[in-house]
Amino acid sequence: MNALSPLPAMGAAGCEARPIVQERGQREVFCGLTGIVWLHRKIQGAFFLVVGSRTCAHLIQSAAGVMIFAEPRFATAILEDRDLAGVADIDDELDAAVDRLLVRRPDIELLFLVGSCPSEVIKIDLSRAAARQSKKHAPRVRVLSYSGSGIETTFTQGEDACLAALVPTLPQEAPHAPPSLLVVGALADVVEDQFARLFDALGVAPVRFLPMRRAADLPPVGPNTSILLAQPYLADTAHALEERGARRIDAPFPLGVEGATLWLRAAAVAFGVTEERFDAVVAPARARAERAMRHYRDTLAGKRIFLFPDSQLEPALARFLSREMGMEIVEIGTPYLHRRHMASELELLPPGAPIVEGQHVEQQLDRCRAARPDLVLCGLGLANPLEAEGFTTKWSIELLFSPIQGFDQAGDLAELFARPLNRRARLEV
Amino acid sequence: MQLTLWTYEGPPHIGAMRVATAMRGLHYVLHAPQGDTYADLLFTMIERRGSRPPVTYTTFQARDLGSDTAELFKSAAREAYERFSPEAMIVGASCTAELLQDDPGGLAKALALPCPVIPLDLPAYQKKENWGAAETFYRLVRALAGPRRERSRRARRSCNILGPTALGFRCRDDVREMETLLATLGVEVNVVAPLGASPKDLTRLGDADFNVLLYPEIALTAAQWLERTHGQPFTRVVPIGVGATRDFIAEVARLAEIDPEAASQVEPSRLPWYARSVDSTYLTGKRVFIFGDATHAIAAARIARDELGFTVVGLGSYSREFARDVREAAARYGVEALVTDDYLEVEAKVMELQPELVLGTQMERHIAKRLGVPCAVMSAPAHVQDFPARYSPQMGFEGANVIFDSWVHPLMMGLEEHLLAMFRDDAEFHDGAAPSHLGGKQTPPPAAPVASDIVVVWAEDAEKELRKVPFFVRGKARRNTEKFAAERGLETITVETLYDAKAYFAR
Repeated sequence: MNALSPLPAMGAAGCEARPIVQERGQREVFCGLTGIVWLHRKIQGAFFLVVGSRTCAHLIQSAAGVMIFAEPRFATAILEDRDLAGVADIDDELDAAVDRLLVRRPDIELLFLVGSCPSEVIKIDLSRAAARQSKKHAPRVRVLSYSGSGIETTFTQGEDACLAALVPTLPQEAPHAPPSLLVVGALADVVEDQFARLFDALGVAPVRFLPMRRAADLPPVGPNTSILLAQPYLADTAHALEERGARRIDAPFPLGVEGATLWLRAAAVAFGVTEERFDAVVAPARARAERAMRHYRDTLAGKRIFLFPDSQLEPALARFLSREMGMEIVEIGTPYLHRRHMASELELLPPGAPIVEGQHVEQQLDRCRAARPDLVLCGLGLANPLEAEGFTTKWSIELLFSPIQGFDQAGDLAELFARPLNRRARLEV
Repeated sequence: MQLTLWTYEGPPHIGAMRVATAMRGLHYVLHAPQGDTYADLLFTMIERRGSRPPVTYTTFQARDLGSDTAELFKSAAREAYERFSPEAMIVGASCTAELLQDDPGGLAKALALPCPVIPLDLPAYQKKENWGAAETFYRLVRALAGPRRERSRRARRSCNILGPTALGFRCRDDVREMETLLATLGVEVNVVAPLGASPKDLTRLGDADFNVLLYPEIALTAAQWLERTHGQPFTRVVPIGVGATRDFIAEVARLAEIDPEAASQVEPSRLPWYARSVDSTYLTGKRVFIFGDATHAIAAARIARDELGFTVVGLGSYSREFARDVREAAARYGVEALVTDDYLEVEAKVMELQPELVLGTQMERHIAKRLGVPCAVMSAPAHVQDFPARYSPQMGFEGANVIFDSWVHPLMMGLEEHLLAMFRDDAEFHDGAAPSHLGGKQTPPPAAPVASDIVVVWAEDAEKELRKVPFFVRGKARRNTEKFAAERGLETITVETLYDAKAYFAR
């Protein structure tokens, strides 16, 4: 019985060799408040109260669309002139808003006060407000705060800020606790369950997830905790967990068969799983995923894709699309590149495709037009205008709202990219 | 501090974007943090525009706050001019940038760009989207329309059409309908603005004899300024509905000094005949609740009562700037106006009034769906469904046709209702069968508010008698009887009470 050993670096072109271009200019990305749209569905019992402007409320309703009508677990406390002019005491106003909210929603166990651009600029101390309200409403409700402002966070970084705010409240693991695994980053429940089953079959236990599904079920953390990031945008959360003694397992992200295998394998290595057992557990899932993906490879292979920056998933997606789908990568945009967390992804990326960190949307559009890619991954503001110019596009936000991680979603992930091409091929108008 | 889940209107800079996006050759440089670019998708996704809004955002981040956000604004404005060569630019700040007090207007002036640059001051913590659109359009008109000029008397009188914007409710089709109508009347259209106009077109506004004001929320301020400065009168009637369109034609005829007989050339609406045809009998007295922007809500009330024979049981609007008009209109229908931007208040009102039809915005559609009440959408805020592929105006006689169809279809058809009543004991037509287009599931009506402390109980035989009442009016019969009993302090409703109440409420 041989314990699994870490794999040697595979790509010849490591991250050292790859040029990473930094660009500054207009950014066509969401702010971190948008994360509320999926986080409020994920953590039962949690509620997100944005302290912001009418713009913040308008952004969330525009991004969340129909969710507004399903008793959403988010709201906005809109700052008005009297709040800014000092006529009203902001602390009193905020406390009153929270009181009203808690009366109307007795199901709230965990309340996040979410900072916005205006609340950051006028320096409303939400952490103090959260502490004050926590005290007032204990033990029924815990109140935490984080910033989802556009001046500090880009899109998915809102989730990072939220989870990082949770970390100090996680219980300390027992002094001689056996090694445990904490999977970090919001995953669809169905994906979480699949991974839980695979870890169980591998004998990796106990395995916990952050964010937790129920506000009250906080996973413990400590020096015997290993963390495995399920999402690439969790810089602050990982740092906060490491501060509490947890060790991060380095791995690519679980997108595609290769990503899922390497991700699970990294955890298996850390937990001393044998080669035989790992192969036995993973092989059927791998085979199933290969079958599901095969069909889409015909559509995607040889096609050229341009990725606009959005969620920080872009390098991992490019790795999947090039290595497993045979696509040619024209440019990989990403709002931010975490060099350390992304290291094993960058090693796998085929050489050539430039990574562009940050954005100057006009210049990037110029490059995209010049390159004439077959498929463009971009946000909703750009998709229809590019379609109107004759490009085929895939909405990047769908990659956050659809289950795409793991073996049983590898086919779905491929399909998300194949569908726009398929559609373009069908239409005769 | 206002606690809300949803707003009828966005912030005022969204209004400015609606004007900028509607126009050609205009560019908006918006001092705004990263993330405010979400607004682009309103236009590219909801309205399905094939191009990005002509807006350059500075998208500053925290690290820029330490250095120089003003410099960032200047370089963004300079770059935008170089890239897009607009005929004119508007510059302003979103809510966060307003707090920085960088003065985009002053900064842009210092750049001395070779095109008119119009600064916008849109107080984001006081005002909202429609106000922002109105202010933007007014500033543009003021800056570009120039001084008053002599108009030579021409054979054909001409007008401007003012008010349609991007992301407006059916603006695209209303404009076409109005252009057709005015052409039939022999009135020339000088400029349509902001939709489709360039800054250069705005310099020609003063050439028209009068203005047609289609959307007061957007263009009243500009129309008033043009009246004062250029001596152009403007139309007060918004031509939504048959009666309003006739009044509008009369008003245009007066302003254009043309023979009102010219209107006989206009294709009439089918609404008057459809409303008179016997199938529409069942529409009589249907209780309607109306909520939307002021213009559409007020127009809807007139159509509902005078042209479809409904009873208006509630009328409201989120347009605070037009609260007085809404209150005056509500008084004409004997109801109290609901002026609010809190949809929970609107929902509470719908539950209280128990209407049989709701005419509202997309939000009221959701409220009505939850309560199992039919609904038609007749006002912004706009939704992807409000940009139909087909021609679908709200204004003019074709607009009245569209309104007849779209308001009446959510209700059960007259003949259908009649047959259901005839065959109500058949298995297929049992009481629980709701109209298939409402999902086929009967939603129990919310409990009527208790008028007094008395708990009214139905005697068994009275309950049985109530079941003989056709089910589509049974809810009303139950409510009326309970109200009747409660008001008289009766604790038990007997068959007698039921018929007493029926006689009492019969008019």
